[in-house]
Amino acid sequence: MGPPGPDGRFGSFGGRYVPESLVPACEELAAAFEAAWSDAGFHEELDTILRVYGGRPTPVTPCRRLSEQLGVRLLLKREDLAHTGSHKLNNVVGQALLARRMGKRRLVAETGAGQHGVATATAAALFGMDCTVYMGEVDVERQALNVFRMQLLGAEVRTVSSGSRTLKDAVNEAMRDWVATVGHSHYCLGSVMGPHPYPWMVRELQRVVGEEARAQCRELLDGADPDWVVACVGGGSNAAGTFAGFVDTEAYLVGVEAAGGAAMGAGGVPGVLHGMASRLLQDEQGQILEAKSISAGLDYPGIGPEHAHLAELGRARYEQAHDAEVLAAFELLARTEGIIAAFEPAHALAWVVREAGRTVPLGSTVLVTLSGRGDKDVAQARELLG
Amino acid sequence: MTRAALESTLLARRGAGRKLVVPYVTAGVVADWLQVVRALAAAGADAVEIGLPFSDPMMDGPTIQEASLRALERGTTAPAALAALADADVGVPLVAMTYYNIVYRAGHRRFARMLADAGVSGAIVPDLPLEESAPWRAEAEAAGVDGVLLVAPSTPDERARRICAASRGFVYAVGVMGVTGERAALADSARQVARRLRPLSRLPVCVGVGISTPEQAVEVCRDADGVVIGSALVHRLLEGADPTDAAALVVDVRRALDERVESDEPVETGRG
Ligand SMILES: Cc1ncc(COP(=O)(O)O)c(C=O)c1O
Repeated sequence: MGPPGPDGRFGSFGGRYVPESLVPACEELAAAFEAAWSDAGFHEELDTILRVYGGRPTPVTPCRRLSEQLGVRLLLKREDLAHTGSHKLNNVVGQALLARRMGKRRLVAETGAGQHGVATATAAALFGMDCTVYMGEVDVERQALNVFRMQLLGAEVRTVSSGSRTLKDAVNEAMRDWVATVGHSHYCLGSVMGPHPYPWMVRELQRVVGEEARAQCRELLDGADPDWVVACVGGGSNAAGTFAGFVDTEAYLVGVEAAGGAAMGAGGVPGVLHGMASRLLQDEQGQILEAKSISAGLDYPGIGPEHAHLAELGRARYEQAHDAEVLAAFELLARTEGIIAAFEPAHALAWVVREAGRTVPLGSTVLVTLSGRGDKDVAQARELLG
Repeated sequence: MTRAALESTLLARRGAGRKLVVPYVTAGVVADWLQVVRALAAAGADAVEIGLPFSDPMMDGPTIQEASLRALERGTTAPAALAALADADVGVPLVAMTYYNIVYRAGHRRFARMLADAGVSGAIVPDLPLEESAPWRAEAEAAGVDGVLLVAPSTPDERARRICAASRGFVYAVGVMGVTGERAALADSARQVARRLRPLSRLPVCVGVGISTPEQAVEVCRDADGVVIGSALVHRLLEGADPTDAAALVVDVRRALDERVESDEPVETGRG
């Protein structure tokens, strides 16, 4: 998984479909990222922060009891143990450093589950920047704890009540903010989506997940790679970062979407939204359809363009998990391994639980990226599990 | 249906010393939106911009978002709105404004033909910047539809020059860094961007976004060739104004521009 084409394309997907007002800012960001990414000093600063502040490297945990139950050897990449409780911090620290390099003093972000918002608010506090986070009204309700966490961290949370009142609309509103504030604000996008350079930049900033995991797997598996590498996909940042570490191995790569927001499913059609050409849930006229999932972080009608491309190449496959099997997997992991996962990675796990002994042959080694911890979902789980 | 050409009409009117008024209305925002289009033409519009609603209008502020939502809830689709326009015989050039996914989903060629068949002679796609727009502009041109490009206050001169050279119909100068919506005062950037573009463009430079009153139109037209007026008009429609009452804003803008605009100094217009 290398850099995109010169126009920011992965095959026929990607690109930069933004209002003219934002084109110069996207160009500036691409240049700043390119310079930083080939600068050893930038890497050293980023790596140090992620180590001494962010808690990296995160471990890979072999699951003894659940592996026995499923008949596959299950390993978890534990992004839930990173500071702020998910992989989102990797991306945000990198972007905050870039924002500082570009002389921007304010971060704007969208958030679904609130994890990216919390991570952005955290980085803003760490670097002494202002922070505004847009969050759909539906998500503000179901992720109330994260709203308060962001506020504690000094961020302003703005509730978005347009459209589906979830992640898609939070992105619209964050982009509207950015158009008006681009002189002093950086849009800290939370996934491998949006206009070039975001899909590429965010994947590179999340690459650390996959690279660590590959080395850790080789240590655990006597130099071997896992047979299957599975991650959940909202926009697809934890999956892209994970896949980047394994794309040149023999491992099967599987991205798992929420069945109600499956841009790679039958309802996903090529289109353009939020600055990128990708696959989108939309009607015949090109109106974007609303995703529907228990998981606020996967409640998105699109997918990062590189995933659409990996699917087209046949290098990765994209599957779906339904709300009920996700909840079951969430409970199962808690009871067998003592880990309360976020609803998002519970999708990846649910697919493995369903497919172990079917698509995934018994005896296979399976790495699942556990992209975040479930504290934020406990209240919702309590209601759903009653 | 008769189709009024956009570029030649606007060039001729500018040549006659007239400032250009291009009002915007969202197709389907109210049941009698076609009457609104006719009223705008009668009020002295030099062209009318027709918004084809999209679910996620990211360049639009609350007013046009609300209009888009209402239009979609009323079942408005691009093909239906265009079919209605085809029979309307408005008498001034029509310019479609929509987001790229609507164009992309229909297919460039098919969408360009749909516009042409409806008597629409220009198109504005605000989320399709210069670099991404070449395939669409080629199909539009083949169908006789002018692909209008936008320049923003943040656009550097070199880039603005290339955009002006590629634009057809007119050059849409975004007056303020931000989304559409009414502003209490004219942003400094509105006159600045117009002043910067006039020498770069052989086409009329019309400033839109943040122009809501006759006073603001007069002020910006000291440097610009014309104005696009959207939210202020749509706001009236959302509040229940009938077509004539809504179009009264355009009557006022027209009159103010005809009476009061005198350039501070002659501005040299570019040749291409
Ligand atoms: C824990 C966790 N995993 C995954 C996601 C989905 O994002 P992505 O697909 O970019 O990894 C989120 C988003 O909120 C999340 O909080």
